[in-house]
Amino acid sequence: MLRINALRMITMRLIVLRLAIVLLSVFVCTHTYAQDNTNQTDSSLALSNIAKQLPKAKLSKMPPLVKQLGAIKDPKSRLILESLLEGELYYERSGFAIVRAQMNDDKKYVLSYLLTDAQQQTVSKSKIKKIRTNNRLRGQIRDVLAKLDLTDPDSSVRIEALKQLIDKPNDSAIQTIKELLAEEKDEDVNHLMQVILQVQLLKTGDDQQKLAAVEILKTSLEPAVKNMLTQQLAVLPKKPTDQQQIVLKKAITDALDTIESKRQFYGVVENIFFGLSLGSVLLLAAIGLAITFGVMGVINMAHGEMIMLGAYTTYVVQLIWPHLIEYSLFIAIPLAFLVSGSVGIIIERCVIRFLKGRPLETLLATFGISLILQQLVRTVFSPLNRQVAAPEWMSGSLQINPVFSLTYNRLYIIIFSLMVFFALLTFFKKSSLGLHVRAVSQNREMARALSIKSDWVDAITFGLGSGIAGVAGVVLSQLTNVGPNLGQAYIIDSFLVVVFGGVGNLWGTLVAAMSLGSINKFLEPITGSVLANIIVLVGLVLFIQKRPKGLFPQKGRSAD
Amino acid sequence: MKFKKLIVASSIIASSMVAQMAIAADTIKVGVLHSLSGTMAISETTLKDTVLMMIEEQNAKGGLLGKKLEPVVVDPASNWPLFAEKTRELLAKEKVDVIFGCWTSVSRKSALPVLEELNGLLFYPVQYEGEESSKNVFYTGAAPNQQAIPAVDYLMNDIGATRWVLAGTDYVYPRTTNKILEAYLKAKGVKDEDIMINYTPFGHSDWQGIVSDIKKFGSAGKKTAVVSTVNGDANIPFYKELGNQGISAEDIPVVAFSVGEEELSGFDTKPLVGHLAAWNYFQSVESDENEEFIAAWKKYIGDDKRVTNDPMEATYIGFKMWAKAVEKVGTTDVDAVEQALIGVAVPNLTGGTAVMNANHHLSKPVLIGEIQEDGQFEVVWETSDTVIGDAWSNFLPSSKNLISDWTAPVSCGNFDVKTAKCSGQNF
Repeated sequence: MLRINALRMITMRLIVLRLAIVLLSVFVCTHTYAQDNTNQTDSSLALSNIAKQLPKAKLSKMPPLVKQLGAIKDPKSRLILESLLEGELYYERSGFAIVRAQMNDDKKYVLSYLLTDAQQQTVSKSKIKKIRTNNRLRGQIRDVLAKLDLTDPDSSVRIEALKQLIDKPNDSAIQTIKELLAEEKDEDVNHLMQVILQVQLLKTGDDQQKLAAVEILKTSLEPAVKNMLTQQLAVLPKKPTDQQQIVLKKAITDALDTIESKRQFYGVVENIFFGLSLGSVLLLAAIGLAITFGVMGVINMAHGEMIMLGAYTTYVVQLIWPHLIEYSLFIAIPLAFLVSGSVGIIIERCVIRFLKGRPLETLLATFGISLILQQLVRTVFSPLNRQVAAPEWMSGSLQINPVFSLTYNRLYIIIFSLMVFFALLTFFKKSSLGLHVRAVSQNREMARALSIKSDWVDAITFGLGSGIAGVAGVVLSQLTNVGPNLGQAYIIDSFLVVVFGGVGNLWGTLVAAMSLGSINKFLEPITGSVLANIIVLVGLVLFIQKRPKGLFPQKGRSAD
Repeated sequence: MKFKKLIVASSIIASSMVAQMAIAADTIKVGVLHSLSGTMAISETTLKDTVLMMIEEQNAKGGLLGKKLEPVVVDPASNWPLFAEKTRELLAKEKVDVIFGCWTSVSRKSALPVLEELNGLLFYPVQYEGEESSKNVFYTGAAPNQQAIPAVDYLMNDIGATRWVLAGTDYVYPRTTNKILEAYLKAKGVKDEDIMINYTPFGHSDWQGIVSDIKKFGSAGKKTAVVSTVNGDANIPFYKELGNQGISAEDIPVVAFSVGEEELSGFDTKPLVGHLAAWNYFQSVESDENEEFIAAWKKYIGDDKRVTNDPMEATYIGFKMWAKAVEKVGTTDVDAVEQALIGVAVPNLTGGTAVMNANHHLSKPVLIGEIQEDGQFEVVWETSDTVIGDAWSNFLPSSKNLISDWTAPVSCGNFDVKTAKCSGQNF
């Protein structure tokens, strides 16, 4: 009986419980629904409230507004913040409605309204006014957005967000990271999250936790880790008596040593990369000269101006096809080769061939030509530097680890200059024209006797050297200023490289360019760039004294 | 080799100048001493055009003292010793009444002895390192306390920078400015290890190593700022490299003293947005005078895309002041004009008035602007009042006690207030 009663009681209770659950869930549902509703109106109210203040706010009044915007969970507030960050947040002069304005190709602004659903429209600049930002504000917005980005589906966005937070994590961000850590599948993101949390532990935890954190962090190269470790080391007493502190101190010192030696290693690798990249620029600038001066023996002082013409070709290409900036370099490279090459052929046909065997006159004549070309460019394009845009794929860097990254433009230039080098080498070795060029440079009379048109070969060789200089100009337009004086900056370096490498030897030019670049870059951190240049020059002078024919002198009868 | 080229180029130009010398009777001659070729041509050609525009404007108003103004333009070709020769040519041969010219400090230092010897009058329109006050020169650009020191104050107080990179081109202006800044920072309690100083040659283009050093220096957990006195076109590869290595203005802001609208006009400004510059004038400042000036400039030069910049405003102020002083004394005699110039006030293009002080330096407001995507600057900070240009820095031990005062009874460019002696060594 009792049992039955008890059973009944339980069923009764269960029924009641179920009922309660159903009731409760219904209540909760309606309630959350209601809350959602109020939230929605709340947030849009707050948004429009802030939007009203934005146009009139002074820069000093902006940070609290940004903070409020960050607190509102609404895609619109995020859109406002992003527009502000990009410098695209404007307001209409009439009506003060805030808009995102993007300039189109006719210098008009396309407005998209951020709060209302009004249609997009295109207006002129005078109708709208920009809402100002400054660095501090942009930093703040990035922090706010970073917290939101932590839940972004794209792992690279999450990594960027974590990197933004690593230097100055606030408590709420730490809390969010803690919650997200368990579910994070991406290994890199997970690792970075660990690092942030451990850095935090290192700062706030007890000695035991700190020791554990050091153990995990000692493989990390993040600057924040090193800074926190140094900071913790400074906090510890000089001669700790407590056993735990002694252990901790040793662990931190060891970790710092490991990190430091790794950083030094990457420092050296980075220097090698810098050296190679400077070397490849020198190689590109000099290799055309290695052909005209090295193979033909013509001292061409206008070589720098051939480089300049190449750079201006890039400028003109971008001017004619402004929509094709991304591909402009691929168009410019063959064009620059043709432009500089044909100018080279004209110079050879009109001036240099009449001065054969008179080096001093050749020098003066080509020097004069270089002045003429410079002035021509000054008259046609203005004496001011011209703007050559870098395509998207040429900017930015390849991040290998927190202390070591390779900039894309330098990376591509190293690859490109080596490609040019080997293409030239094959040309000289394998093609029949290359054979003729070598034949003429070794023994003109004999070559002519074998029915090689030496005049024609001369013109082609000179055109080739100048054309390669033009290609170098395209590359240089990505690194330095495009102006009438561009060539002057590289002519001396080019001669140095060719003479150092040994006249008439392409491999010598390669080795000379790379070694001059590397020596310069390894000296630079020690001596400063001014002294580095001087030391390299003095070293070269001494070297040439000792070996007047350079690193790889030509051997055999054709040498003189 | 460059030197040789310059000589050749300049002698060609000089000979064409001689041919042009048809001297009109009874005019006031205004010498223009700006490089029209060589590395500095980029910046200086604009100032030559500004002076010519001002002369044209003045002549349209009937000239000065009933005479027309006649410009005499020479080209010192960015060749520093040539500045001395050209100054001599202007003063001894052309007998000009006033000279507007020079950009780099080394060119001014080269012209100075000639100016003092032949008692000429030079208006120098560019920000410079101070430590100089000659009777024959009026400095309408900023002294360090009108540009460098306020900029550092801004970075320290508003941005919160505690670690400093002082990067400059290797010549007299950056070296002296950085010496002053270093002394100033140390006086503010910045430690040695928090200051990194770096110099590069003119026209430096391979910045990868230096930018990577700055990045490392800036990753020590303290807010780092770069104070750049890098001059001329070396700036563009510098900023490009900063952008490529991923250093944004929010991480490490760079404040530049030689980057203005003109320099930015030849460049894709995307990687520069947010970096700072300190000047006394920005084209973007809204005022009636400024709008008028910009419109006149665009009309004169016939190009709607040309920009205005700080040295142009300094040229404008200098020219207006000289015209005012000449009218006041009724002669172009150098000594009379020199005395009359002190105390002359001319409206700034950014609002307020510039006053010429007894030390031959101006009182001007200081503005700090952030680079925008269109190559213009957005003013983010300005001094509440004008700042008096200080010829001798108070932060260098060697010039701490020195003042300059060209009015009686002191009449000295280098007066030691402790010993009450005038050394007579004005530069």
